[in-house]
Amino acid sequence: MVAALVLGSLVAVLLRAEAGRGPGPADWAAVRFTLVQAVLSALVSVVLAIPLARALARRRFAGRRMLVALLGAPFILPVIVAVLGLLQVFGRSGWISQALGWAGLPPVQIYGLHGVVLAHVFFNLPLATRLILQGWQEIPGERFRLAAQLGAGPRAMWQLLERPMLAQVVPGALAVVFAICLSSFAVAVTLGGGPRATTIELAIYQAFRFDFDLGRAAMLSGIQICLTGAAAVFALRTARGEGFGGGLDRAVRRWDGAGRGTKVLDGLVIALASSFLMLPLLAVVLSGLAGLADLPPAVWRAALTSVLVAGGSTGILLAMALPMAVTVALGQGRMVEVVGLLGLAASPLVIGTGLFIIINPVADPSGLALPITALVNAVMALPFALRILVPRASAVVARYGRLGLSLNMGGAPFMWRVLIPRMRPQIGFAAGLGAALSMGDLGVVALFADPERATLPLQVFRLMGAYRMEQAAGAALLLLALSMAAFWLLDRGGKWHAEA
Amino acid sequence: MLRLERVTVDNGGFFLRADLEVEAGRKVAVIGPSGAGKTTLIEAIAGFLPVVDGRILWDGADITGTDPGHRPVAMLFQDANLFPHLSVAQNVGLGLRPDLKLDHRQQEQVARAIARVGLAGMEARKPAALSGGQQSRAALARVLVQGRPLLLLDEPFAALGPALKGEMLDLVAGLVDETGATLLMVSHDPGDARRIADQVVLVENGQAHPPQATGELLDNPPPALRAYLG
Repeated sequence: MVAALVLGSLVAVLLRAEAGRGPGPADWAAVRFTLVQAVLSALVSVVLAIPLARALARRRFAGRRMLVALLGAPFILPVIVAVLGLLQVFGRSGWISQALGWAGLPPVQIYGLHGVVLAHVFFNLPLATRLILQGWQEIPGERFRLAAQLGAGPRAMWQLLERPMLAQVVPGALAVVFAICLSSFAVAVTLGGGPRATTIELAIYQAFRFDFDLGRAAMLSGIQICLTGAAAVFALRTARGEGFGGGLDRAVRRWDGAGRGTKVLDGLVIALASSFLMLPLLAVVLSGLAGLADLPPAVWRAALTSVLVAGGSTGILLAMALPMAVTVALGQGRMVEVVGLLGLAASPLVIGTGLFIIINPVADPSGLALPITALVNAVMALPFALRILVPRASAVVARYGRLGLSLNMGGAPFMWRVLIPRMRPQIGFAAGLGAALSMGDLGVVALFADPERATLPLQVFRLMGAYRMEQAAGAALLLLALSMAAFWLLDRGGKWHAEA
Repeated sequence: MLRLERVTVDNGGFFLRADLEVEAGRKVAVIGPSGAGKTTLIEAIAGFLPVVDGRILWDGADITGTDPGHRPVAMLFQDANLFPHLSVAQNVGLGLRPDLKLDHRQQEQVARAIARVGLAGMEARKPAALSGGQQSRAALARVLVQGRPLLLLDEPFAALGPALKGEMLDLVAGLVDETGATLLMVSHDPGDARRIADQVVLVENGQAHPPQATGELLDNPPPALRAYLG
């Protein structure tokens, strides 16, 4: 079914695209911009992540655990909330511009390429840091002991341990960040725009919404599929680990880096990085509290819509992911895993365009905006859910499968009595991720929704477009709270009373 | 009667051959050096490993291709014999109905089995709240309600201390005497065999030998067994 959905949309897109024409200069500009911003975002994120990961790997301090946990948070942070926070810190009338103003300097500009890259770095610096930190922590403790015993200084350390590790880990991190940034829509639609800062996703949206040029949207979607597909395959090949796994909160005992210079450096890196990551969120909370009091009713309606969409999407996600995980665990489905990864290769707007082309002749697509949003969100979250569920399902089958067989527990009893109870923490985690991702998603819904209907992220976006920043901040705070609550509730619910 | 007719078992490229008979109601220890194929033999009888040649028969009926759950076999593994999220009563109840839809009579049967193994009053506990010996007892209660005529033990008591292991073996011997079941138990301790087994199947070098009387074999071991016993 997933395959039908994804491939069906792709086929629809491609058929439609052939009827169109070749890409024009504006389209090439979008391709160029997409690649340039993705390369820059990947480079900046990873280059900054290396010293941060190193500092986190060799220092132990109060709050380290929390900081590492926080590095996983952007994954479920609604993009529009982060963008709003970044605007309040780095925008024209943001904190930094104000400080510059007092010093008599002109305000900084956030819109355009550097704004897009800034937001991507905000989202992907934590991810890259987690990936690289994982590499650091996979260096066995004995090696550090050996190096310490040999009296290796920072330089020797670098040559013996760190450079070989980085050579393994960094390409994967670059590829992952690059692939993620390729299909950036929400960041581009808020901070980019204009002929010189339009990603392909944004161009699809514009062709769709403003020109209603389905042929062009389809042609752009075709290009986007090729790019993201290639990048996803490349990233999967080069990347190891998933970057939000556990075990990163352990600090290996280290004997190097005792010099004052490295201590100051590490402290500075950690302080800068955490303020870069925390300040925008703090800004949203501060300004949001002010706006929370007089939110228009439309925002509350949108919030309810979002909760419903997220709930539906989570249900769809589990209905797809659980049978797939079980099939893979029983060793019956190499293909199933591949299908699950299709969600990585296709972008929301591409699937959205395809669905629109399919549905348009039959029904009014905007009437189906919300179910479609829930469905597409579920497909997008599917690869992550499978990564969480499959290893656990395999472990349960390996440990209890034969006992179940010898007790003649066929499919259904084993599934309901053993597999699902044993997987509850993982199911809760996957559901929490799915709900938070769906809650914060600003993608397909922007494509389909009419003025009457909106999810909360779309409502925030509309308020921003109308320069009602106070209300936008209030709504963003509400969205942030809802996403985090959804994740927390489901994740906790899964772990509650779960025997080890 | 259990009969293995010129059987060859494939365990991922390791082949075990067996041509033997075990009379009904016997208690048989399967002993031999580690890696010789003891577990392979037991798992083939339970239906977890493919028999590539020959036939396995129970009371004359061919069970070579039967699903593990439909064989006349109850089995205890080296570990993970209980589901940690289910209570003792539920774990035992699985032996009667895998979907746990037990009627009143079956629930009473479960309670009796739990009392028989000495766990009365612990029906509602989860395995984590039981000691190692109590966990073994709960698993044996399930074997009891399963009522299968052939019981296979793949060293389920290996993690217990010597005194507790002896206690469990005596419980097993008592249970199979009551039910008249046939017992095959893997062991690497000749003491276990002497304690409860009438016969011993020696497994060495990919070959399972026909059962021999325990005392005779252990008192007068052939060279391979002597090398193993030391």
